[in-house]
Amino acid sequence: MSHSSPKTLFEKVWTDHLVKDETAATPAILYIDLHLIHEVTTPQAFALLREKGIAVRRPDLTLGTMDHSTPTTAFRSFKDLAVVSEGAANQIRQMQKNCDDFGLELHGFDSEFRGIVHIIGPELGATQPGKTIVCGDSHTSTHGAFGALAFGIGTTEVGHVLATQCLLQRKPRTLAINVSGQLQLGVTAKDVILAIIGQIGVDGGTAHVIEFRGDAIQAMDMEARMTVCNMSIEAGARAGMIAPDDQTIEYLSGRPRSPRGADWDAAVDRWRALPGDAEAVFDRSVDVDGTALQPMVTFGTNPGMVIPVNDPVPDANGNPGFRKALDYMQISPGKPLSDVALDVVFIGSCTNSRLSDLQQAAEILRGRKIAEGVRMLVVPGSQQVKRAAEKIGLDKVFKQAGAEWRESGCSMCIGMNGDTVPSGKLSVSTSNRNFEGRQGIGARTILASPMTAAASAIAGHVCDPRPYLEGQ
Amino acid sequence: MDAVAQLRSRTIVLPMVDIDTDQIIPARFLTTTSKDGLGRHLFAYWRFNADGSDNPDFVLNTPGSTGCQVLVAGNNFGCGSSREHAPWALLDYGIRAIISTAIADIFRSNSLKNGLLPIVVDEETHAWLIENPGAEVVIDVAASTLTLPDGRAVNYPIDSFARHCLLEGIDQLAYLQQHDEQIRNFEETRSWTP
Ligand code: SF4
Repeated sequence: MSHSSPKTLFEKVWTDHLVKDETAATPAILYIDLHLIHEVTTPQAFALLREKGIAVRRPDLTLGTMDHSTPTTAFRSFKDLAVVSEGAANQIRQMQKNCDDFGLELHGFDSEFRGIVHIIGPELGATQPGKTIVCGDSHTSTHGAFGALAFGIGTTEVGHVLATQCLLQRKPRTLAINVSGQLQLGVTAKDVILAIIGQIGVDGGTAHVIEFRGDAIQAMDMEARMTVCNMSIEAGARAGMIAPDDQTIEYLSGRPRSPRGADWDAAVDRWRALPGDAEAVFDRSVDVDGTALQPMVTFGTNPGMVIPVNDPVPDANGNPGFRKALDYMQISPGKPLSDVALDVVFIGSCTNSRLSDLQQAAEILRGRKIAEGVRMLVVPGSQQVKRAAEKIGLDKVFKQAGAEWRESGCSMCIGMNGDTVPSGKLSVSTSNRNFEGRQGIGARTILASPMTAAASAIAGHVCDPRPYLEGQ
Repeated sequence: MDAVAQLRSRTIVLPMVDIDTDQIIPARFLTTTSKDGLGRHLFAYWRFNADGSDNPDFVLNTPGSTGCQVLVAGNNFGCGSSREHAPWALLDYGIRAIISTAIADIFRSNSLKNGLLPIVVDEETHAWLIENPGAEVVIDVAASTLTLPDGRAVNYPIDSFARHCLLEGIDQLAYLQQHDEQIRNFEETRSWTP
């Protein structure tokens, strides 16, 4: 170990992966420990490999799944899959062929581990502290919850990693976000990250890697930490990270791809040394008072347009972009969102589709019915989550409340597989993007936590979940 | 990637801030396995009416925009997803440069790998460009300057390696492959294996 200057968590992981350091003239060459791939952002990269006759350098460090354009309706075999379009079907076939031809592990339709790429990495124990992890998907930041440096890349870079297991990168800056204190009952990781984005803005993290710190973060379980890191990209950040601790190690113990025996002990020693040095300095830091946070909901067309659940929608104050967003959402300023009737509730996505998310929603829905006229879709993040939820009867809770219980996938988060919100309809969604048309052409999206989404489904409008928690 | 040295064009202006990748190219057009033809769906939500006809109010459908290769957009252009389909769609349509006060990280990186120029300028220059759609500008990659119609040249920041690659049309994959020995050495000598 060199006695160099104190380092942050990010700097430790970065330095540990430098094949070649950056200079003024050239970027760093960064080695990648885990490359996650899915069907939407890889076909053009594989086409390039074929064209140039290049093999995948490290098939053992590459892991594939199908999630974006896959149907979430039940099926028995690949043949009777109700794939939404010929394009999507072709993409799915192509993914299968690419993984076969290049010898890559793929969790396709025959795998009990299939699921959203950012759900299955941690579930399989492939996501580990201190690794560099990339995927052609911006929510790769999710894996930073384990103290990995994980970020999204474009398809050209997917090709670079397939061919060389490396990326050309400039060193990002560091941003510490300290969330202090204890969260109130009914305030979840989703509310924390929405509040942070509201505070620093959708470009507040641009060019930075965020490290989330503080009591409120440390008190979170791994699934909640993943929710926080997942939406780092919604603040424009390159990545989000949380220092590994006992919970991280406990979560990884015994997973299929976790190290075993002496390797496990060595890995744990290495992981314990990853948290940032006490004297390490960040380029910027932001403090958030966790005790003051409320359940949060978005009201506009980006995740930074966010308010506490019972607050009135703010005024546009002559800002044309703001007014355009309110027009699109058909929401009037000065009134709380509970005034607007909703049509669809979606519980799912890589932000909030793990077992604890489903449990939180189910606790509120147990013994209750969703409002008349509301369609509610519950889509577990992976087949493993689905089985775990069914084992404790959550599927029944959802179905009895009037919701649909589906196979895993991205589903209504992105609407690529046919699960869409109809034009003009209002949706409360536990996903991560409320962009115009994200959930379907003309769809209007309000982002919220699983608890808020469940409470809203019952009420038929945006609703504070806290009254439902009393007496629990 | 083809080399890019200079670009002279009139501008199209989209003043909205935080234009995300779902607006640039909606997700339903990502079920493709090729890079071609995405220009048809560029800004689909804004460019077309619900029945598929052109929205005459949208800037790309106005006569003055024909042949313009430079898009001036509001702050934080390209935020959202990592889809490289966004720069592919812009290039396929004929846009060769984006000017804004801030451009989202992944979009910028994807653009540079495809020869689409991400140009970040100061607020004053940006405000002038927003107010003067159709202005003819010149972008000089070697000098890293944007020249306005009055002859004033504004410097814009660009990573020197990215500039070198643009000017020479360098394929960054080939550059990485040249470091094969160092990569192998790293794999063999690192203190742990993933
Ligand atoms: S769930 Fe949504 S955000 Fe997550 S990977 Fe799928 S499409 Fe992307």
